[in-house]
Amino acid sequence: MASYKPTNIPVYPKLGEKVTEETLYWKNYKTPIQIKEFGAVSNIHFSPVTPYNFAVTAFTRIHLYGLLSQEPVKTFTRFKDTAYCGRFRSDGQLLVAGCEDSVVRLFDVSGKVALRMFKGHTKAVHVTDFTSDRYQILTGSDDYTCCLWDIPNSAQLNTYQEHTDYIRCGVTSQLNRDLFVTGSYDHSLKVFDARVDKSVMTINHGHPVESLLLYPSEGLLVSAGGRYVRVWDLLKGGQPLVSLKNHHKTVTCLALSSNGQRLLSGSLDRHVKVYNTTSYKVVHNFDYPAAILSLALAPEDESIVVGMTNSILSIKHRKPSEEAKETAGHQRRRPSYRVYAHRKSYVPKQDDYLVSKPVRQHLAKYDKQLKKFNVSKALDTALETWIRGRKPEITVAVIRELDRRGTLKNALAGRDEQELSRLLSFLIANLVDARFAPVLITAAEMILDIYQSIIGQSPVVDKQLLHLQSLLERELDYQKDLLEVLGMLDTMFASSLPKIELPCSGISTSNGLPQGQSTASRPQILAA
Amino acid sequence: MVEHGDVRVVHKGGSKINFREPALSTDSRFLLCASGESVKVFSTATEECLHALQGHTDLITGVLLRPSNHLQAYSCSLDGTVRLWDFTDGILIRWAKSNRVNIWCCFIYVWTVHLHVCACTELFQLVAVHLPQCGEQLVEAKELSAVLSNISSNPAASAFGREGQYIVSAKPLQLEVYFFKKHKSYSFFLKKDNQKGGKNTFTCITCHPTEDCIASGHEDGKIRLWRNFNHRKEYTYSTLHWHHSAVSSLRFTPEGTNLLSGGVESVLVQWRYNQESQRDFLPRLGGAITHISVSPDGALFCTSHSDNKITIIQSCVKVSAVIQGLVKGDRIRTDLMIEPRSKALVLNGKPGHLQFYSLQRDKLLYNLDIVQQEYIHESGLEQFEVVMAAFDASGSWLATVEERKQKAPELELNLKLWAFDDQKQSFVLNTTISAPHEGRITALCFPHVSDGQTTMLVSTSRDGHFKAWQLAAPAHTEDEGPSWSCDFLGAYHSLVPECCCFSADSSLLAVGFQEVVTVWTPASWELLTTLSQPPGAVRDLCFGRLSCSKYLLGATTSRLLCCWNLLTCSLEWVTSMDVSLLLADPLSENMAAFCFEAGSTDLFVFKPGEPRPLFSHKALCSGRVTHAVFVPREVMLESCDEASQWLNCSHLYFLTQSMDLLTFITKAEEDKLTASSKQLVVSDDVAMTPFHLLLGKHRDQLENPQGSNVSLPQLLQMPAHVLPSASFLCSMFVQSLLISVNKPSEQNKEKEEEMESEKEEEDSDGEMESRISRPEHMPSGESGCAAPALTKEEVRELRRLKKLDHSWMKGLLD
Repeated sequence: MASYKPTNIPVYPKLGEKVTEETLYWKNYKTPIQIKEFGAVSNIHFSPVTPYNFAVTAFTRIHLYGLLSQEPVKTFTRFKDTAYCGRFRSDGQLLVAGCEDSVVRLFDVSGKVALRMFKGHTKAVHVTDFTSDRYQILTGSDDYTCCLWDIPNSAQLNTYQEHTDYIRCGVTSQLNRDLFVTGSYDHSLKVFDARVDKSVMTINHGHPVESLLLYPSEGLLVSAGGRYVRVWDLLKGGQPLVSLKNHHKTVTCLALSSNGQRLLSGSLDRHVKVYNTTSYKVVHNFDYPAAILSLALAPEDESIVVGMTNSILSIKHRKPSEEAKETAGHQRRRPSYRVYAHRKSYVPKQDDYLVSKPVRQHLAKYDKQLKKFNVSKALDTALETWIRGRKPEITVAVIRELDRRGTLKNALAGRDEQELSRLLSFLIANLVDARFAPVLITAAEMILDIYQSIIGQSPVVDKQLLHLQSLLERELDYQKDLLEVLGMLDTMFASSLPKIELPCSGISTSNGLPQGQSTASRPQILAA
Repeated sequence: MVEHGDVRVVHKGGSKINFREPALSTDSRFLLCASGESVKVFSTATEECLHALQGHTDLITGVLLRPSNHLQAYSCSLDGTVRLWDFTDGILIRWAKSNRVNIWCCFIYVWTVHLHVCACTELFQLVAVHLPQCGEQLVEAKELSAVLSNISSNPAASAFGREGQYIVSAKPLQLEVYFFKKHKSYSFFLKKDNQKGGKNTFTCITCHPTEDCIASGHEDGKIRLWRNFNHRKEYTYSTLHWHHSAVSSLRFTPEGTNLLSGGVESVLVQWRYNQESQRDFLPRLGGAITHISVSPDGALFCTSHSDNKITIIQSCVKVSAVIQGLVKGDRIRTDLMIEPRSKALVLNGKPGHLQFYSLQRDKLLYNLDIVQQEYIHESGLEQFEVVMAAFDASGSWLATVEERKQKAPELELNLKLWAFDDQKQSFVLNTTISAPHEGRITALCFPHVSDGQTTMLVSTSRDGHFKAWQLAAPAHTEDEGPSWSCDFLGAYHSLVPECCCFSADSSLLAVGFQEVVTVWTPASWELLTTLSQPPGAVRDLCFGRLSCSKYLLGATTSRLLCCWNLLTCSLEWVTSMDVSLLLADPLSENMAAFCFEAGSTDLFVFKPGEPRPLFSHKALCSGRVTHAVFVPREVMLESCDEASQWLNCSHLYFLTQSMDLLTFITKAEEDKLTASSKQLVVSDDVAMTPFHLLLGKHRDQLENPQGSNVSLPQLLQMPAHVLPSASFLCSMFVQSLLISVNKPSEQNKEKEEEMESEKEEEDSDGEMESRISRPEHMPSGESGCAAPALTKEEVRELRRLKKLDHSWMKGLLD
C-alpha cells in the first residue's frame, strides 16, 4: 500500500534579482532615516576615529552627525557662501572645507571658529584634503590650479597649474605624504609628486572627472566621470584595468566598503551600485528617490549615508546581526520546568532488533481534504486568506490538481455570493500572471459557465466580473504590443546575424533541395 | 541473404501473472498463479518464485487447489488438458485430455467427482467432466455433460453455491441459478438501467459458503446480495454501494463473515456480512483490482492487479508481500532502454512510473516515480503519462518527458532531468522544466560522451524547434547544485523536426526536418550541411558506429532507407524498404532495421559500409515492431559463425504488437542452457537423503545397478508425506529390492537385505508423519511376503488406504 502523494507545488523561478549572499548582506539594512538639509548634499566624510562622526557638507553649512544620532552634534556655519568638501584629518581633530568664495577654512572639531583661513585661490575651491603627514593641505579650485598649504604657518607651499578646466576631485595618498591625484573637467587625471613641480603621470578618463578613489594598497585608482567608472593600475603606469558602464547618468561619487572587497558608486540616475572588486560585476543595487551627489560608508559597513540633490540626507543602519538576536530569543524561550525523557532509560543493546514505528505522514490541510475526495473543501482551504495572498502558487496547484482529477467543476459549483466573490478576487489578482494563466483561464471559463445564470443578481459579483473583463481587455492590448516588439526584435536579429554560407555539395545529385539559409537565432528570443 | 539457420526467436521473461485468479495453498505458504504456459509457484513469505510447473502447451486458463488433497492442484489450459500437480515438488501427477474442447476456465467443487470446466467451443458452455479413476497418467475424459450453455466468458461471472448444491452464472443482465439435485434452473432479470442511470450489467458473482446468498457486482459499482432465490417470484435482494465504477471481483471469506470487493479504484473493501454498514478499506494497492482470492484458512487474501501484480494481504490490514511482474500496459510509450549502470531494461511501468526490469533475473527491480502525483483510479480521466525517456552514456542522467491532454490545445508538458545519486542508488529529480516546448516532443537524445559528464540534451518538438539544454552551475554562490537550462533554440524553415541523433563522437547532431536532414555542430551551433532525399519525410535517423561513423542512415516514410556519407555529403546507397525501426548496436558497427512488409515484420542486420546484410529474418512476428533494444552482453561470445556473429556483443530484444518480449538466441547458447539444466537434474538426484545413502550403499554393493526396476526411483522421488504408512510399504519395498538381487549369491544377499530393511525402517520412521502408527510386532525376520494375521488397527488402516487414490502405485506393484 503506497502512501498518499501530496499535491505537487511547483517552485517557480524567482523573477527579478536573484537572492545571493551579496543581496542578503546589502539588504540587511534598516529602513533609511531621512534628514532634510539646507541644500544639496555635496559631500559626506566619516571621521577616521571613534565615535565615527561624519561631516555633511550642504549649502553653507557643515553638520557633524554622530553615527546613531539624527540631530547634528555640531554645526559649522562660518561660510560666506556654499561650502564644499568638508574632510577630517586622519586623527579626527581637524576639519578642512573649501568654499565658493575661494577661501579654504580649517576648523578644530571641538571649536566653532576657523583656526586657519587659506586664501590664494581665485575661484571656488571644490577639493580639499589633508596629506598623510597631517601638516599639509591639498586644495583644488575652479581656477584650474591645485595647491599645497602648510598648516602651521598657513603658507602656500606649491601651486600646480596643469589642468585646463575645473578641478572637481582629488585625493591624497595615505602611504606617501608627497603624492596626490587630482581629476578635472578637462577629462584628465594627474598624479603629482610634491617633491617635483610637475605632474608625474597623466591619465585620460575620457569624460569630466567627478570623483576619485584610491585603493588602500594604492596600486589601483578609481575614477568616475560621465557614465563611466574606470579603474587604473598605477603601478603599471596608469594602464586602464577595467571600465564599468552600469549607470545611465553621470556617476558622481565613489566609495569603498570597509574590507576593500566591494566598490560602490552613486549616480545622478538615483542608483547606488555595488561592484565586486575581483570580477567587477554589479552584485547589488540600491534605489534612492533623487539624484545622488555624495555617498559614504561607515567603518565595518555599519551604515550607508547618501546625500541627494533634493537636500535630503539618507542614513541606513545595519540591522543587528542574526546571532545576537538568536541568543536573545533562546534565553527568552527557555522553559522554566524540567523535562524528562519518556522511556529513554532503556539503552538498546547491540543485538537488539529495533522495530521502528511507522512514520506518520504529515499532510497539508488541502491535501487532507483531497485525500478524502472532498473537493469543495479542498478548494476552500486553498483559498484561505493567507495562502491566497502570500502563496498563490498553492491555490493554483490545488486548482490544477482538481482539474486533473476532473472535479474542478464540482468544486467551483454551489458557492454563495461571498465565496464566489472570494474566488473572483483571486482570479482578478492572478489571472494575468504568466505562470498561472493556463490553469486559471480554465477555472475562469468554468466559473462563467456555472454562474452565468445568476449574473445581475448580486452587485458585488457583477462589479468583479466587470473588473475581470476590463483586466482581460488590458492584457490583450498588452500582449499585442509585446508581439509587435517581438516581431521588431526578430527582424533586427535576423539582419544583424551574418549569413552563413553553406558548403555546396556539388557532387551530390540527390540533394535536389535548394540550399536554405540558416534561421538560427541565439536564445535571446526564447519563449518566456 | 544469409540463412538464419541456428538463430531462433524465443520468449524472454516478463509473462503475465494476473491473467487468472491465483490460488493460495491451504497452509498459506504457497501461491499458484497461471503465467503463460506454466503455473508459477511463489512463496508468500519471500515473494520468490519457487518453481514453475511446466507441461501445458498453450495458455493456462485456470488454477485450482484440489479440495480432497491440499498438496495438489489442477490446472487447465487452452490445449484441452486438465493436469493434476503436486505443487510443492513440482511433479505432474496425472493429466486428462479432452480432444473436443478448449478449456477456458475451470471450476471445481469438493465432493463431486465431476470437474466442471467452462469450455470454449463456439459458445461458452459449462461442462461437467468426469475424471475416470484409473491409474494411468494420461486419461481421456470422455464423459462430458453440458450443464449450462451460453455463459459469460468471464470466469468471475460463474460460481458454485453452498456445498456445491447449485451453480450461479451471470449473463449481462440475467442471473441464472441451476440446482444440481432438482435439475432445475431459475433466472432473474434486471433492467438495463436503473432510475439513476447506473448500469445494471453483472460483472462478477460469488456465493456465501454456508448460507444461501449470492453476491453480485455490477457495472455501476453496486453490490447486490440475493436471497431466497429458489423461488421464481419471491426472491429478494439488498444493495450495497461504495464503489464508483464497476466491481471487478467479489469474494466471501471461508467462514462467510466478511465479503471482499474490489474494482478500478484499487481499494479493497471488506464488508461485514449482515452488518453491511461496517466496512474496512485498504486503499492505494496499485493498479485496478482484477481478482481477489482468499486462502482456505482465511489468513491471507491476495489481489491481482491490472499492472501485472499480485498483492498478498494479511487479514485485511497489512500488505505482507508484493509479487510484481513486468508491467505491460496497453501501450508502451517510451522506447525500450537499457540503464547503463545496472543493465536493466527500462520502459513504462505503472501509470506515471518507469520500471527497471532485470532481464538476467527476470525480476522487476524497482519503479521510479516520474510524475509524482496521486494516481486517481478512474476510467476516462486524462492522466499524466511518461512518453519519452533517455539515458546518457554513463547512466548518470535520465531525462523524461511527461504529457497530459495530448489532443487538446492546452497540452501540459514537463521535461524532467534526474541525476543518479550514488548514496541512494537511485535517480533523484534535479530539474523540472514545465512547458519546455509549445508542441509535443518528438525526440530526445543525449550525446554519447564516454568520458566525463554529459552536459547537453537535445529535444525536438512539433512546434518546429529543437532545443539544446545545458547543465550549468548557478551563476551566483548559492548552495544549490547545477541545473539544466536552455542553451540554444534551432529551427529550419519552420519545418517540423521529427527525429534527432548524435554522431558516435558527439561532434555532429543530425536533426530530421521532414524531408531534410540538417547536420549541426554542437560546439558552435552552426548548420553545417543539409541532406535530403525527397519525397517522404525522414522518420528515423541513426549514425553509424566505430569504423562506420562516417555514415548517416535515415528511414523515410516513402519506404526508403538511405545511407549518406558525411565525408562527401553525398548519398552512398539507398534501398527500398518500409523501415519501422532503425537501431545501432552500441558495441559494434551493426545496425538492425525492422521492416514492415505485408502484415508482418522482417529483421535485417547489416553494416552500413557493406552491401550484404549480416542476418535477415523474414516474418519475425505479425504487426509492426516499434520497440527494440540492443542489450550489451556481460560475457562476449566468440562465435565465428557468420550468421550468429552479430549476436556476439549484444542481445537484441524487441516488443511485438501484442506486447511479448522476444529475443534471439543462438544454437550454441541454447545447447549450453539445456546442458546446464540437465546437470541440475543430475545433481538433484544425488541429494543426500537417507534414502540415497541407503540406495547408494546398496548400489555399491551390487556394482551393477538394475535399470529395469523403474518403481524404485519413483518411490524414492515421492515426498514422504504422500506415501502410505511405512508398515504398508515395507514388504513391497523389500520385495522390489529382492528382485534385483543376483541369483547365485542369493542367500548372503538375503541377509544383507534383512539388515537393510531394518535400517530402512528406522530411517523412514523418522521421516513419516506422526499419524502413522507402526505395528510393533512387525515381522522383521522374514522378507515380508507372508504377513501374519493383521490386527484390527491394521485392517482399518488398510481399508482407509484403499479409498485413497494410489494409482501411482500401480507401476510399483508390477
